[in-house]
Amino acid sequence: MDQLLGLLLYFFSLLTVGGIYALLALGLNVQWGFAGLFNVGIAGFAAVGAYTYAILTTDTSPFHYGGLGIPLVFGGVAAMLLSGVIAGIIGVICIRLRADYLAIATIGIAEIIKLFLKNQTDLTNGPRGINKIPRAWEHLSEERFYTSAPMTWITDAAGWEAFFASLPRWWWQPMFTITVLLFVFGVYLLLERARLAPWGRMMTAIRENEHAAQAAGKDVTRRRIEAFILGAVIMGMAGAFFAQHLRLIDPTNTFDAAKLTFLIWVMLIAGGSGNNRGAILGAFLIWTIWSGSELVINSSVEIIANYQDLFDVGVLRTRAGYLRMLLIGILLQFILQRYPSGILPESRPAAIGKQ
Amino acid sequence: MSNPQPVLELRGLFAGYGEMEILHDINIHVDKDEVVAIIGPNGAGKSTAIKAVLGLLNIRNGKILLENTEITDTPPEKVVTKGISYVPQTHNVFVNLSVEENLEMGAWTRSEGIVERLEEMYVLFPDLREKRKQAAGSLSGGQRQMVAMAKALMVDSKVLLLDEPTAGLSPKYRAEIFETIQKINGEGVPILIVEQNAKQALGIANRGYVLVDGTNRFTGTGAELLADREVARMFLGGRD
Amino acid sequence: MWTSFGFEFVNFYLIPGLVLGCIYALGAIGITLTFGILRFANFAHGEVMMTGAYLTWTISTLAGSLLGWALHPLIAAIPAVLAAIGILILIDRYFYKPFRDAPTIMVVMASFGMMLVVRSTVQFIWGPNQLTFVKGIDRPNEAVRQFTADFDMMLLVPNKHFWIMAGTIIIMLGFTYLLERTRIGKAMRAVSDSPDLASVTGIDVEAVVRATWIVGGFCAVAAGVFLAMDIQFLETTMGFRMLLPMFAAAILGGIGRPFGAVFGGLIIGLAEELSAYPWIGDAPLISPGYKTGVAFSIMIIMLIVRPSGLFKGRTF
Repeated sequence: MDQLLGLLLYFFSLLTVGGIYALLALGLNVQWGFAGLFNVGIAGFAAVGAYTYAILTTDTSPFHYGGLGIPLVFGGVAAMLLSGVIAGIIGVICIRLRADYLAIATIGIAEIIKLFLKNQTDLTNGPRGINKIPRAWEHLSEERFYTSAPMTWITDAAGWEAFFASLPRWWWQPMFTITVLLFVFGVYLLLERARLAPWGRMMTAIRENEHAAQAAGKDVTRRRIEAFILGAVIMGMAGAFFAQHLRLIDPTNTFDAAKLTFLIWVMLIAGGSGNNRGAILGAFLIWTIWSGSELVINSSVEIIANYQDLFDVGVLRTRAGYLRMLLIGILLQFILQRYPSGILPESRPAAIGKQ
Repeated sequence: MSNPQPVLELRGLFAGYGEMEILHDINIHVDKDEVVAIIGPNGAGKSTAIKAVLGLLNIRNGKILLENTEITDTPPEKVVTKGISYVPQTHNVFVNLSVEENLEMGAWTRSEGIVERLEEMYVLFPDLREKRKQAAGSLSGGQRQMVAMAKALMVDSKVLLLDEPTAGLSPKYRAEIFETIQKINGEGVPILIVEQNAKQALGIANRGYVLVDGTNRFTGTGAELLADREVARMFLGGRD
Repeated sequence: MWTSFGFEFVNFYLIPGLVLGCIYALGAIGITLTFGILRFANFAHGEVMMTGAYLTWTISTLAGSLLGWALHPLIAAIPAVLAAIGILILIDRYFYKPFRDAPTIMVVMASFGMMLVVRSTVQFIWGPNQLTFVKGIDRPNEAVRQFTADFDMMLLVPNKHFWIMAGTIIIMLGFTYLLERTRIGKAMRAVSDSPDLASVTGIDVEAVVRATWIVGGFCAVAAGVFLAMDIQFLETTMGFRMLLPMFAAAILGGIGRPFGAVFGGLIIGLAEELSAYPWIGDAPLISPGYKTGVAFSIMIIMLIVRPSGLFKGRTF
């Protein structure tokens, strides 16, 4: 029974991360799928979201700036805003140039963000990262929350302690997972509306034929910057959830610029760029493959270890992770060449003026 | 009028870009030693007809023949090796390369006799000799056109295709270009030229084609077309 | 003057800056050539540098253990260059060529994927840990030290720095000769100028593409080996760390302008090192942790002020 529960909790945890990836993929879909903007700094925007949330909401710590006691929701909103502002600045500078420049600038900004997080140790605790980030729902059982408003309005500390003691230890896990999934659904609904609204149709028109759209009096640059910011805002939100899920974030491992970014790209391309449902499907699918391949590769290594002793299997064990990355990379190349429109290809809303 | 073996022939050609068809049943041929002009209003498909020969278009139907061998759908870089030289209307020189380097690039498909051919070009285009070390981008429009033509002639051309060689040039240069075209033709190179300046083009052409809406409208010798009242009314009035 | 300012400035900031600049310059050549001729930002370029350095290390280690030869890294780099060029041409054939007629962003994406594929492969084969490339401390060249000390301008330049600077100059001379004097070099400039015109001129564009990979790969491996000689160790992220400064150098010099890229590389290298000089007060002007930020800032300023670069390269 305990094993079953463990498995269930693991499943919830996988679902949570899948949901966070889905948010990132949806954000990228706004930028790439809708507006054709090539962003390879996804990890940077997610890191901004995660760190903003973490610094604003985490309790006082001797290692980094904090203890502001800002409610979690506002921490999340700030994460989205800051990510959007950075996207706005990059957008204003680079969007009028060809796509490659935006790619270079975004990978650059992701690196700069990482540098900042590593070097501003007073603020971020540098490479050691921020720990004990409050997680939605679970935070309610932390003393600093149940001893302050608004929780004190309901009952006193002793009452809360008794209440949480009556719950199973993992009570927050399904709640948190459902919250993340609800956000994914909410963002999805929002983006579907945007896609079918005049704004979305205009984005399609711009992507199809920039000059014609320009000639028709559309402010192409402005629309693109809007899409870039909107995507980054969603990525900031995903970052805030990522910080909550992990509770410990650091600039190097959590936000390995190329790898996190790359994984999101594979998700979107595999699922079908331009299609919101495709983005979500791709995120869960590739995440399943990604975590499944870890099991497969690790157990293969163990099987090899049982049957031969030609070489040091320990080496293979430590390096199996790279093989996984290699395979995912090849998978992307395969999809790009063979199925560039992904599993769920984009269904275009009718262009403006046509029915 | 038709020669038994034209150098270049577009036979019943239907072609366009992607889904859009621009040329409908075009018939054009260039015989040995001829200058042939294609004239017509803007958007009639004049330049498109030349680009079809280069393999830059989607050909739906019909044939392109070079000395009776079919070359339909040959990719551009191969067309050149078959002896078709082409001078695009704009962006027809490598601006960052010197004049001489431009000519050397023109001779890419040529394996020998490059130095001799270069010398012949400097005789044909004396202005270029003194500018040979200059970047082609620094030259005037007329001089660039000369470089572009010389570059195209670096191979042993079976036929030279010129896309509006005088567009945007001053009358002085225009006259010079037409003179040069006659000189090149005098060396035995057949020329197919697309022109806006119909009167001058027909003046030097053996024969001319008038294209309207992507199809043949009038065909005749240069003199016949110049004398034709309808052609004159449509294209020659007010020009030059 | 020399003792109070020059000695420290020249030996600890200017010369390292020039050395770093040489490495960036060589790397940026490949970036700008690919950008100019194949028209895409090649994100996998840094990984070629890194792979070249790893191959060089492997060859010299094998030569040492199997044959007992102590090869200079620059000798071991020769077969490494050939191997790297082979890999590049294969990558082009199977991963970039299918996108020649597709929107450029497809091949940018493919190159971004290749960046991780190549790096993961290296990590899988050689492991994630740092490897020692050259052992021991490279002392300043004694002859130069004494000679310059006699003029009261003591220069402390380790031999490795002489190798790097001399190597860069030789490669640059060869590269200049190639571009200015040879047929294929001129054709590379022609394709960079206008691929459409090159194609209707009859230039074999695929041959030019191959030449681009050969030249770019050669310079990248040289840059990677020089970098490894300088820092004396190898790590799998060394290529990625160079990527941004190299892009910055290419943009600064003007896209498609190889000599601009070289100049840009030197500027970026100098700027990164000199930014750590205590220009005001005693503390470094910019904390060394932010070195990469210097390159990025120069690049962003350039994109705002003059996207065509100093030498009027292509803007898209």
